[in-house]
Amino acid sequence: MVSIRLTVDNVERTAEVEPRTLLVHALREQLGKVGTVVGCDTSNCGACTVLLDGESVKSCSVLAVQADGSTVDTVQGLAQPDGTLHPIQQAFHEHHGLQCGYCTPGMLMRAVCLLSENPTPTEEEVRHGMEGNMCRCTGYQGIVDAVMAASQAMSDSYGANQSSIAEPAGVAS
Amino acid sequence: MSHLSARPENPVVGEALPHESAVLHVTGRALYTDDLHPRTKDVLHAWPVQSPHAHARVTQLEVCAAYEIPGVVRVLTAGDVPGVNDSGTKNDEPLFPDEVCFVGQAVCWVLGETLEAARLGAAEVRVDYEPLRSIVTIADAIKADSYQGATRTVRRGNAMSALARAAHTFTGEITFAGQEHFYLETHASLATVGDDGRVFVQSSTQHPTETQEIVAHVLGVGAHEVTVQCLRMGGGFGGKEEQPHGFAAVAALGATLTGRPVRVRLNRTQDLTMTGKRHGFHAAWRVGFDHDGHLVALQTTLTSDGGWSLDLSEPVLARALCHVDNAYWIPDVEIVGRVARTHKTSQTAFRGFGGPQGMLVTEDIIGRCAPLLGIEPHELRRRNFYTDGQTTPYGQVVHQTERLVRAWDQVTSTAELERRRGALAGFNAAHEHVKRGLAITPVKFGISFNFTAMNQGGALVHVYRDGTVLINHGGTEMGQGLHTKMLQVAATALGVPLSRVRLAPTRTDKVPNTSATAASAGADLNGGAIKDACEQILARLRPVAAERMEVPVEDVRFEGGEVRAGERSMPWAELVHTAYLSRVQLFAAGYYRTEGIHWDPEIMHGTPFKYFAYGVAAAEVEVDGFTGAYRTRRVDIVHDVGDSLSPLVDIGQIEGGFVQGAGWLTLEDLRWDESDDPERRGRLTTQSASTYKLPSLSEMPEELNVALLERAHEEGVVYGSKAVGEPPLMLAFSVREALRQACAAFGPTGHSVVLDSPATPEAVFWALDEARRAYRPAVPEPTELGHPVQVTQV
Repeated sequence: MVSIRLTVDNVERTAEVEPRTLLVHALREQLGKVGTVVGCDTSNCGACTVLLDGESVKSCSVLAVQADGSTVDTVQGLAQPDGTLHPIQQAFHEHHGLQCGYCTPGMLMRAVCLLSENPTPTEEEVRHGMEGNMCRCTGYQGIVDAVMAASQAMSDSYGANQSSIAEPAGVAS
Repeated sequence: MSHLSARPENPVVGEALPHESAVLHVTGRALYTDDLHPRTKDVLHAWPVQSPHAHARVTQLEVCAAYEIPGVVRVLTAGDVPGVNDSGTKNDEPLFPDEVCFVGQAVCWVLGETLEAARLGAAEVRVDYEPLRSIVTIADAIKADSYQGATRTVRRGNAMSALARAAHTFTGEITFAGQEHFYLETHASLATVGDDGRVFVQSSTQHPTETQEIVAHVLGVGAHEVTVQCLRMGGGFGGKEEQPHGFAAVAALGATLTGRPVRVRLNRTQDLTMTGKRHGFHAAWRVGFDHDGHLVALQTTLTSDGGWSLDLSEPVLARALCHVDNAYWIPDVEIVGRVARTHKTSQTAFRGFGGPQGMLVTEDIIGRCAPLLGIEPHELRRRNFYTDGQTTPYGQVVHQTERLVRAWDQVTSTAELERRRGALAGFNAAHEHVKRGLAITPVKFGISFNFTAMNQGGALVHVYRDGTVLINHGGTEMGQGLHTKMLQVAATALGVPLSRVRLAPTRTDKVPNTSATAASAGADLNGGAIKDACEQILARLRPVAAERMEVPVEDVRFEGGEVRAGERSMPWAELVHTAYLSRVQLFAAGYYRTEGIHWDPEIMHGTPFKYFAYGVAAAEVEVDGFTGAYRTRRVDIVHDVGDSLSPLVDIGQIEGGFVQGAGWLTLEDLRWDESDDPERRGRLTTQSASTYKLPSLSEMPEELNVALLERAHEEGVVYGSKAVGEPPLMLAFSVREALRQACAAFGPTGHSVVLDSPATPEAVFWALDEARRAYRPAVPEPTELGHPVQVTQV
């Protein structure tokens, strides 16, 4: 057994794992993060995608010990503490980017990473950037629509923040 | 307009709402069955001992060594079964077999403190086998006369004499593949035992009632000793209709023997190697057309690959036989169906339930014969449409064919098919090594279970004293949006805002004797039952309101959370509270059964379907002549969902169904090892997502336009809607036929393209290569019309 320390969804956690334990199993079975699910076992479907130090990884293909000292963000930490949904969550919700919901956690985390790398992707870039994540229900149309909408919403709010910062103090209403 | 189909003013049904669990899904809070075990104490984990042989007798089973592994708690074998050792309903699927019938079949199960202990324990179990002769392919099964279940025939008129009279006759064969469900959530069950010995099984099942019955018969107890709950499924697609029962039974048996919770969760390899898939089929056919290209006769024999046991193979076959006609009038017909027995997983329900396989036969025939008749495929299809009042080969009168024509015309005009056909011809003339194809295909799909008894639904509706509502119904949620629709139905029926209504998970102790959530019938059946329950409650509330507001009973209306009569009104919650104080029952059990259907399975005749769902799709593809690689450039769909209960949900079903159908027909290539090597024979060689190609974002059509058919109210169905789960899958024939036409463009006019299914890039390459070779025929082309022409299978 190896002791690992990691920050999961902004909380410092420790776990005793075998050297061969996969990150997804440590998350689900030891840290109670069952929002991250296992789909295919072979790193094809992406249902288990989380952010490891900000980069999307398939957590069935990362050893828990590799995450020692790292920050892991799962779908369960995406919303604000007050429950306000992240724009990507809001977009999947509104654009019917899900049906059974099983691929959704991984889709969201991959989309977060994609949009952090490329905040205003074209539809083509969304399709390419998300192709490592599979959905058996939706046919993907709603997923692409949702990522495009989230990109729009995030750049709008970024623009709004930028402009409010640019406003002289006392003038902003 | 019927009472069942009429909508009140401002209904909640028809609103485009997100999935009812969408917030739980996007926050990771939605629980699936296997998410429950980390929050359950003292759980034991199960691992199967799987057969390495396609067919063998178990001569000895020695489990002692497993107990040497630390953490192994119990090995479950046939001797532990107090009831019936069978995981199905037909007594042909032993849960703990003494004869294994496919590679991967579980012989026994090991329970451990950890999954790892169970796995290591299973590796220590010694099983001696005496290998027996195995049949792997459908062709071998036909050769060996290896069949199971009944052979059925749909017959009208005299196909043989009509073929003899036909102006043009053609014969051919096709063998086409099945399909792996690949629901992203694998099979899972968690069983616990209560203080009185009653068993509670949480299972990822589309058919909780049957799971309950199988668990009960394995345990040798009454159904009332077993409760099955399904929170939600991470996809089902038919793969969890009959297949979950055995896994639930193993969990339940383990729990009763050890007194501890038992978890059975298949990993992906286990799921793929142990559970059934869509049936592959073989079809041999002989078809006749008149001088104008009208179908006059069809004789065909369909053989489905049932795998090792019957499972749902007979009803799947029945639906296949009832869909060979698709949208086409064929006067004289003989369609024979039989189920082959092979040493593979027990093939089972999969979205469409045989319908797609039946329809593939005729769409393939039309696609192959059109060039031989010298008629454009779209024209040949359109010319053969049913008209109202004609009957299907099994005797059901066809209605609403104008909807099919409207959908066809709408796709033709909005997708600008005429203009694009011209442009496409120009493109193909200008490009030697890249060709495009554009095809339009219809769908007519019968709605209701063929087995009439299953067309019933139940619901339980509670109105609490504060006016909030809790509904429960017999259907399960697998992503298809059934629960969303049911909430909308309840809110509409009671005239309350959606926020007042909640839905509780599907449980057999709330609503008993339910049908599988299958056959696209979930909303029709359970919606009818919920509406019935709500109306019983309103009927009791109406006199209370009338008395309170001093108005005639017949004036009382329920709308938007208010109770109104003329100018007067009172809040819903106040009425509910008043009714409680007046000792009025505020809950009701609702029931619905589909009227007007009947079916004789022996002679395959009757009116098995309440109605038909219609749809039309046009697809354009581009094929590379060097590799067979292709892309889908554009797809246009018009689909009939009646008056939609929930448009976002319905459009999602259409898009998802279409893509899943395109996966079956073009990408997903199930392979079993057919070699004689005893170490390998019968193994599923595509046992992970790395070797089994699923549709991904890369294969999305570049442009996908979906429209719901307008003016589509459906009489006699809940709020005028139609079922939507399965029919859109078959819209994907448009892609397969477009590929055929693109292949044809590599060859001379009149070349009939024989295309394998799935039409993988490799299959497409061989088809277009054959077309190219047709420019230099080795033998004179047999194209003189009027004489029988042999259409041969590659």
